[in-house]
Amino acid sequence: MTRPEAGAKAAPRTWRKPPFIANPLLRYGLLAVLVVYLVWAFGSLPFNWARIAEGLPRAGRIFGGGFPPSFERFDLLLTGFKESLQIAVLATLLGVLLSIPFAVMAARNVAPLPVYFLGRAVIILSRSFHPVIVAILFVAAVGFGPLAGILTLTLYSIGFVGKLLAEEIEEIDWGQVEAMKATGAGYFAILVYAVFPQILPRQVGLSMYQLDSNLRASAVVGIVGAGGIGGTLMNAFGRYDYAFAFAILLVIIAVILVSEGVSGWVRKKIW
Amino acid sequence: MLEISHLIKRYGHDEPVLKGLDLRVEDNSVVAIVGASGAGKSTMLRCINRLVEPTSGSINLNGMELVALRGGALRRARRKIGMVFQGFNLIDRLTVMENVLAGRLGYVSLYQAISRRFPQADIERAFTLMERVGIAQYGNKRADELSGGERQRVGVVRALMQEPELLLADEPTASLDPRTSEQIMMLLQSLASELSLPVLINIHNVAQAKTYTERIVGLRHGKMIFDGAPDDFNKDALDAIYGGIEAPDDAIAESPAAAQGVGHDAT
Amino acid sequence: MVDQAGALADRVWKRYDRRERLIRYAVMLVTLMVVVWAVRDIDIFWPWVWDAPNQISSLGARMWPPDPSRLEEIVNAMIETVHIATLSTMLTIFIALPVAYIAAQNTTPNRACLWLGRFILVSSRSVNTIIWALLFVAIFGPGVLAGILAIMCRSVGFIGKLMGEAIEEIDRRPVEAMQATGASKLQVIAYAVVPQVMPAFFAIVILRWDINIRESTVLGLVGAGGIGVILQGSIDTFAWTTVATILIAIVVLVLIGEAITSLLRRKVI
Repeated sequence: MTRPEAGAKAAPRTWRKPPFIANPLLRYGLLAVLVVYLVWAFGSLPFNWARIAEGLPRAGRIFGGGFPPSFERFDLLLTGFKESLQIAVLATLLGVLLSIPFAVMAARNVAPLPVYFLGRAVIILSRSFHPVIVAILFVAAVGFGPLAGILTLTLYSIGFVGKLLAEEIEEIDWGQVEAMKATGAGYFAILVYAVFPQILPRQVGLSMYQLDSNLRASAVVGIVGAGGIGGTLMNAFGRYDYAFAFAILLVIIAVILVSEGVSGWVRKKIW
Repeated sequence: MLEISHLIKRYGHDEPVLKGLDLRVEDNSVVAIVGASGAGKSTMLRCINRLVEPTSGSINLNGMELVALRGGALRRARRKIGMVFQGFNLIDRLTVMENVLAGRLGYVSLYQAISRRFPQADIERAFTLMERVGIAQYGNKRADELSGGERQRVGVVRALMQEPELLLADEPTASLDPRTSEQIMMLLQSLASELSLPVLINIHNVAQAKTYTERIVGLRHGKMIFDGAPDDFNKDALDAIYGGIEAPDDAIAESPAAAQGVGHDAT
Repeated sequence: MVDQAGALADRVWKRYDRRERLIRYAVMLVTLMVVVWAVRDIDIFWPWVWDAPNQISSLGARMWPPDPSRLEEIVNAMIETVHIATLSTMLTIFIALPVAYIAAQNTTPNRACLWLGRFILVSSRSVNTIIWALLFVAIFGPGVLAGILAIMCRSVGFIGKLMGEAIEEIDRRPVEAMQATGASKLQVIAYAVVPQVMPAFFAIVILRWDINIRESTVLGLVGAGGIGVILQGSIDTFAWTTVATILIAIVVLVLIGEAITSLLRRKVI
């Protein structure tokens, strides 16, 4: 675009898009960091290329064996799903009920400072661990079976619902609390009258969401022995029974889609 | 009788909001507290029922010292002090009746509060008061479905449900249109005489203060600079209270005009 | 009060009217029935339930004090875990963006593409990362590749769905303006779509990276690399004190991840 020969001495009028990051040092620095990181990461990760090379034929065998999915052992599949559903329902109920006290404890505006730290710690801790890790620990503690699954997902629900509910409590309209204080109401009466009505819609929505979420999670905690369809799936994979495994996968997908739809519909109704 | 003496409130290390306030309110009188925003009106009111902790001083209601109270004793004192708020502060998601009954929370047990099993006498009182202010037909409506004036009536009834010995009203009309706010002021005035209840009203609108109250207290920068009958509240007092303060335009602009209006009504 | 009761009989107040109460009772009844069914039918040996607090606290006691002797190994596995999360998030972007583009109603080229895009998103999102990992371990053998692929497969659905929604929510007018200048399809995207979805893009990718860090800590449990491999090994050998060290390391990693995420959010968005 610049034509120095055209204008005698006029400064060439160039324009370029200003770079996304203005400081050139930072810009090229970040790029270099990215490249170095990629080289480092790919270089340090242990890839077993020989084994990976076998992947394609194996994939062919697996998918070949998996199609068509076999519903021959439908009873087993049904039992697994029933257990998953029971785990999800009970864990949601327990988790949602328990999440209320923990949410109150973890809300800065209604909890005294020491209680607040305790509540926050419980919520942070239960959110740090993936449910599968928690499930392994509970399986180790209370043995294989749905009990470990229920405990796991209860904790998972407390962490998730408790955190969002605590944030909701921190954002309530404080005027209603003041009004209740002015009537001389006690701490718990203030919670029941001025705090809970304000967070109720959120709580119902979260419960429905959590039921859906627990149903998904209950499918995977079974992989480490905490009951439900996950165990059935793991067994099918272990026995190289890919036709049954794919049947389970298909049903899982279908159930999750249905539950997502139902949960979304209920939440929209209640909102 | 309410007796405030040498009340000081300081937030953190800032200049005090209230600088040694003294006020005596006899039984059965309606007192308006006027002053610009930030003069300390709201803080003073909230110190009385201890929604705000006073830094020092004494507040005595019918022989009971309020500043030293804690825990259960504080709650028992609070239930004797009704409060009406500028933003109504209703529990939006509950019905009007539940909001009204919430005024009894200082009296009933937690179980009664949760299960909504209030004593029949409370329910009767609720109906009577709601009929008195004209909102009885809304009993089972949700509070957020009501108009501003109706919502403030619910707020007033909730405060009266406490069987208060003192009623505090913090800018009760500031969120309402002029007509409705006149009605609310009239309601407060007549309720005060019917129930022989001392009422303290924070108010921005000087004209309304002069019309509906028996005594005006002017605050400026946390100090009382006027205390007298509405008739004595003249232009000088107005200037002393509002003059030279930022954004008092509405108060000054509206009050002379409104005062004239009131004058016409009186004649 | 008792003597007034007769006179007050008509002055009853009820929280709900008849219909509302019926609906409430019905919902409660159904919930109760489901719970009773679940409790009675579930395959739980109840004495274990009452014993569970003991068992849990005894497991906790066995974990104390955490054993730091394998710390170096654990830190290396942690770095591997972060690599899996980061690389898979980066790689996901290249797949998720085109899928989001065809799955957004206002940019999709045609209905077939729209449904293809939606199908990809739904199937990706419905299968949990662990299950994807199970599948890829069966195909490519145990190792980080299976982990990276598993996380990618799950993340495509997440990033793709949210990006698709972001694209659907853009302001139509700049698009029209660009079309009016005679710009080609790709030019319109570059000038009217990309600038509008850029903030959402960064927010979504950062959010997913945070989630992926947590997810990649469990991949090892099915053999797909990362800290989970050592965790599974320690649990299998009942090395509970090492397990405790690993758990602490995971909490630290997650907290660091959260700190980085909130820093990035503030810097970039």
